[in-house]
Amino acid sequence: MSHAVTVPSIYGLLAEFDTPTELVNACKAAYAEGYREMDAYSPFPVEEASEAIGFHKSAVPLIVLVGGILGGLSGFMLQYWINVIAYPLNIGGKPFNSWPAFIVPTFEMTILFAGLSGMFGMFALNGLPRPYHPLFHVARFSKVTRNKFFLCVEAIDPKFDLVGTQEFMERLKPLSISEVPH
Amino acid sequence: MAGVEEKNVALLDEPPVISPGQTFDSVTDTITDVVLKRPIGLAWLGGLAIGMTLLGILGMAVTWLLLRGVGIWGINVPVAWGFAIINFVWWIGIGHAGTLISAILLLFKQTWRNSINRFAEAMTLFAVACAGMFPLLHMGRPWLGYWMFPYPNTMGVWPQFRSPLVWDVFAVSTYATISAVFWFVGLVPDFATMREEATNPFARKVYGALSLGWRGSARHWTRYEALYILLAGISTPLVLSVHTVVSFDFAVAIVPGWHTTIFPPYFVAGAIYSGFAMVLVLAIPIRKYYGLEGMITMRHLQNAAKIMLATGLIVGYGYFFETFVAMYSGSTYERFMIHNRWFGPYAWAYWSLILFNILIPQVLWWPKIRQSTTWLFFISLVVLVGMWLERFVIIVTSLHRDYLPSSWGHYTPTRWDWATYMGTIGLFTAAIFVFIRIVPAISIFEMRMLLPQAEVKE
Repeated sequence: MSHAVTVPSIYGLLAEFDTPTELVNACKAAYAEGYREMDAYSPFPVEEASEAIGFHKSAVPLIVLVGGILGGLSGFMLQYWINVIAYPLNIGGKPFNSWPAFIVPTFEMTILFAGLSGMFGMFALNGLPRPYHPLFHVARFSKVTRNKFFLCVEAIDPKFDLVGTQEFMERLKPLSISEVPH
Repeated sequence: MAGVEEKNVALLDEPPVISPGQTFDSVTDTITDVVLKRPIGLAWLGGLAIGMTLLGILGMAVTWLLLRGVGIWGINVPVAWGFAIINFVWWIGIGHAGTLISAILLLFKQTWRNSINRFAEAMTLFAVACAGMFPLLHMGRPWLGYWMFPYPNTMGVWPQFRSPLVWDVFAVSTYATISAVFWFVGLVPDFATMREEATNPFARKVYGALSLGWRGSARHWTRYEALYILLAGISTPLVLSVHTVVSFDFAVAIVPGWHTTIFPPYFVAGAIYSGFAMVLVLAIPIRKYYGLEGMITMRHLQNAAKIMLATGLIVGYGYFFETFVAMYSGSTYERFMIHNRWFGPYAWAYWSLILFNILIPQVLWWPKIRQSTTWLFFISLVVLVGMWLERFVIIVTSLHRDYLPSSWGHYTPTRWDWATYMGTIGLFTAAIFVFIRIVPAISIFEMRMLLPQAEVKE
């Protein structure tokens, strides 16, 4: 009997670096080596690292755009429905659909929906909130919110091999290499 | 980003945005220690006690208002707006500098903002909370405040969307929500830092929950940065719209002194003017007391002073043009409005406002004054009072004598007006003091980005 999928016994290998430059170089090297299932970790945004691991575009702008359009449409339609259909009032002979007067709430609803969908969308795409993550098992990883930079090659990568990947990482001259248990 | 900033500093020979010799560790420790390590000091306790006392007065004033109604205030026909609306406009204006610093300066890549945006945003939130109370209390039956929102109800009625007062509900509630979103999103990575730095297990749990399990992944940062810049992009028109809509509350009405097209830009400039004054009033003591001079440097204070000078001149232009248009219009009522402002029963308010908002702040032209924290603090207080007087003049002097002399009246605030106003100052003060001790008051991750070490070298 053979299993089609074997669950790797560890999450991956984690290399620690001292500067963002070393991290970016390591990411580039790992990508050139053929690794794809990996992620860089840093105490502040390092755009170059994200580029180097092959992550270029996020869906966040699209979510914000769609949220904004939906907010604007619903804001305007709400006012149209109230003033023309549900509760038409003649105010100084103005048309029921006094659209210039409806622009302000329409605009505010656009902003409101764009902002909220952006926040919830960003957290959802990032898989947050996530209180548990295998990386938190590694004691040194707590420095990622302070002053250290990490590259984790994950065990699910087809090229991952505990010995081979470790050897590759040693060539990057990291401060430390840790196995990340599940 | 950081490299360009350094060069600019060298070129202009200005004080740096961050003092030399800082490292990732020193930045992290300086900011987190204020919350995690520093013992509770007497000055902090004293400040909190003052805030809490005034907050107690607010509780008393609001309770009495709920029991007796708005008759305890000085408002009456013809001046039905009074303190409630003056204070609403004043507070919401103060909040605007926070959004300006966090959003507009971010879009313009003004990285010096990184050390003041966090507490400026907190200031926005608390100021909007104070502002929001006033229209609600002013309604007479605050417990029916939800009637302002469009929701299906058994009465079969809906809000009147042609009214700027309804626009205001949408503008201010959106502003409060988006400011909170911006603030929280900015805090998540810093909560992760707090989670790791805190030693108290309870604090670790709370910060851990607030950090949502942030782990600094490059993919996360990319999405995060995309959202952050977009939030800045949508907050910029939002903040301009909020005070524009506030000015519509006046400009759409036909009262002389209100019905003028200069109001939106003049209100927005005034808002930023008073907001930066409040930023300085908070920043000067905080940086001194908590030893944050290396991060909130003289550069920040001087830049804030320059923005105050510029927006103050725009406000001055607004005053000039109000007067000019009133004369030029040939309208008897407009001319009388200006005459009444200059020589009427509230002339003292008008001339003090000119002194506080226009004349005294001109000393900011002198670099020596801009380099003195004492002077900056004093001028900021003057501007805050001046901007409050501006709203007093706009509301009270316009309303108390309009078209029909038989309907003229006088407005005198009562002790409950003052108690409510002072009470919101207490709410604001107490909130700021609590904030300083539980949340990193300077954005840690954005400060790290300012360091030369943060630069990726090819």
